[in-house]
Amino acid sequence: MSELDTLYRELILDHSKHPQHFGLAEAEGAHATSHQKNPVCGDEITLRARVDTDGETIRDVTWEGSGCSISQASASMLSELVEGQTRAEAATLIEGFREALRSRGQIELDEDVYGDAAALTGVSKFSARVKCAMLAWVALEDALARA
Amino acid sequence: MTSATETSRLAPAAPPEALDAARLRADFPILDERVHGRPLIYLDSAATSQKPRQVLQAEYDFLTHANAAVHRGAHTLAAEATDLFEDARATVAGFVGAEADQLVWTSGATMGLNLLAYAIGNATAGRGGADSASLALHPGDEIVTTAIEHHANLIPWQELAARTGTTLRHIPARADGTLDLDAAAALIGPRTRIVAFTHVSNVLGIVNPVAEIVALAAEVGAVTVMDACQSAPHLPLDLPALGVDFAVFSGHKMLGPYGVGGLYGRAERLEALPPFLTGGSMITTVTLDTAEYLPPPQRFEAGTQPVGPAIGLAAAVRYLDEVGLEAIHAHETALAARMHAGLVEIPGIRLLGDPSTGSGTATGSGTATGSGTGAVERVGLWSFDVDGVHAHDAGQFLDDRGIAVRVGHHCAAPLHRQYGITASVRASAALYNTADEVDEFVDAVRGIRAYFGVES
Repeated sequence: MSELDTLYRELILDHSKHPQHFGLAEAEGAHATSHQKNPVCGDEITLRARVDTDGETIRDVTWEGSGCSISQASASMLSELVEGQTRAEAATLIEGFREALRSRGQIELDEDVYGDAAALTGVSKFSARVKCAMLAWVALEDALARA
Repeated sequence: MTSATETSRLAPAAPPEALDAARLRADFPILDERVHGRPLIYLDSAATSQKPRQVLQAEYDFLTHANAAVHRGAHTLAAEATDLFEDARATVAGFVGAEADQLVWTSGATMGLNLLAYAIGNATAGRGGADSASLALHPGDEIVTTAIEHHANLIPWQELAARTGTTLRHIPARADGTLDLDAAAALIGPRTRIVAFTHVSNVLGIVNPVAEIVALAAEVGAVTVMDACQSAPHLPLDLPALGVDFAVFSGHKMLGPYGVGGLYGRAERLEALPPFLTGGSMITTVTLDTAEYLPPPQRFEAGTQPVGPAIGLAAAVRYLDEVGLEAIHAHETALAARMHAGLVEIPGIRLLGDPSTGSGTATGSGTATGSGTGAVERVGLWSFDVDGVHAHDAGQFLDDRGIAVRVGHHCAAPLHRQYGITASVRASAALYNTADEVDEFVDAVRGIRAYFGVES
């Protein structure tokens, strides 16, 4: 696999072309919306997290936005991954993701834990693109803090 | 719409001797770098230029033989450093057709524009001498910029307008990226006090009609401020002949070091301008309660100046002068024409501000027609949109082939919005680029949409 192909894995291009959970769900029940922007390249994401009546379980994550394939795929993968997880589980996932992406290729994301989002492992070797991949995860962290 | 004076200035009777880019490249050590196993193809000079050995050597020689604090101290090195520093000022001023005392050192164009905006704000607050009142703004006054400015020539004026209770207005761009001079004529009126515009757009590469804008401003006595960042390294530049009151440029975009740039001012305008940054080196008499200030340019040079970088910048403009600005301009526009010819053949590529295809048409512009612009003067750059592929992804693909381009909004977000996009890819040439590099670049662009699985 070429260096470029380690960044643009097929799964990433698939998600960016067919984004999952795209389009914001009804703003009802416990929920919060976060708008995040990457001023360097103009990536923008608006992400909404809704929480179940138990106050702990993530009911769903929906989003809309525009930007590069990495930022769009990452939002799509994230929204699939965290549905049904608890707040604490999501927080652990976000922390682990951030650590891996900042590791400059030293830490690999476990596919059993991260699902499709594990394909974003390669981004950590492209430091200029880490912000693109992190955008949706920062938005979820922000939304959950307020939902 | 290019003025007759500019056209004649850029097209000398005898064609300039063609420059030998292959030979010049030997002066730029970084061009030997390899990126992802490929030879570096550097097409991002509009963001920052590479620096020749002569510039590095000038700074090195200064720091190893003459470094000392300038304008103070009586020792030999201090005198030598002062001479070199002031010689550098004269050299850089001469490069833009100015006298030495018309050139203020800044850290770059952004600093120069902020200096102007804050100094005019100070004049508005009643600071400065009797003639500073000529620069003071009053409620109801207007500041005019354009829709195509770099953020550095927009936001300082937004802030100044907000601080002074004045109104900011914008000359719109036509569909083809040229400034709408009819709209400018309607916009610039008795309330206009400042007209700030770029000489050359950093996104479109179009040389704006300076003479026409200056004439409109002169009719109403408005102060003109010109961003010369994208013209200084690429065109013969004579600021007094262009008739602007103030102009700024950045050293690092013109083969010089980071952290140094120039603010040019017409003598009477500079004289009327109160200081912005205050402190050491810019005063005459100081008491515990008051201070009196030196004349320009020292009035605007508080604190320790970037002496080494200024000497490096002088070496950079000597290098540009030796190659010859007319030869540089001819070389770079030929490269851009080659780039254009290749890119327009690629499906899904939309060049911004391209009058030849109309595919670079902007939306939301006041005027729909973009005709009559065949004579538009340009510098050696093109920005473009790749249908179905985000600019950041396109730039990554090019980087994998060793090609360095700029992606994003290039600090001109409003202009990109007018084209209905948030980001574009920009390839900008300099004197050290070759036709082979342009061909490799065009060839690589041809592969972008296929790689990302976008149907043509």
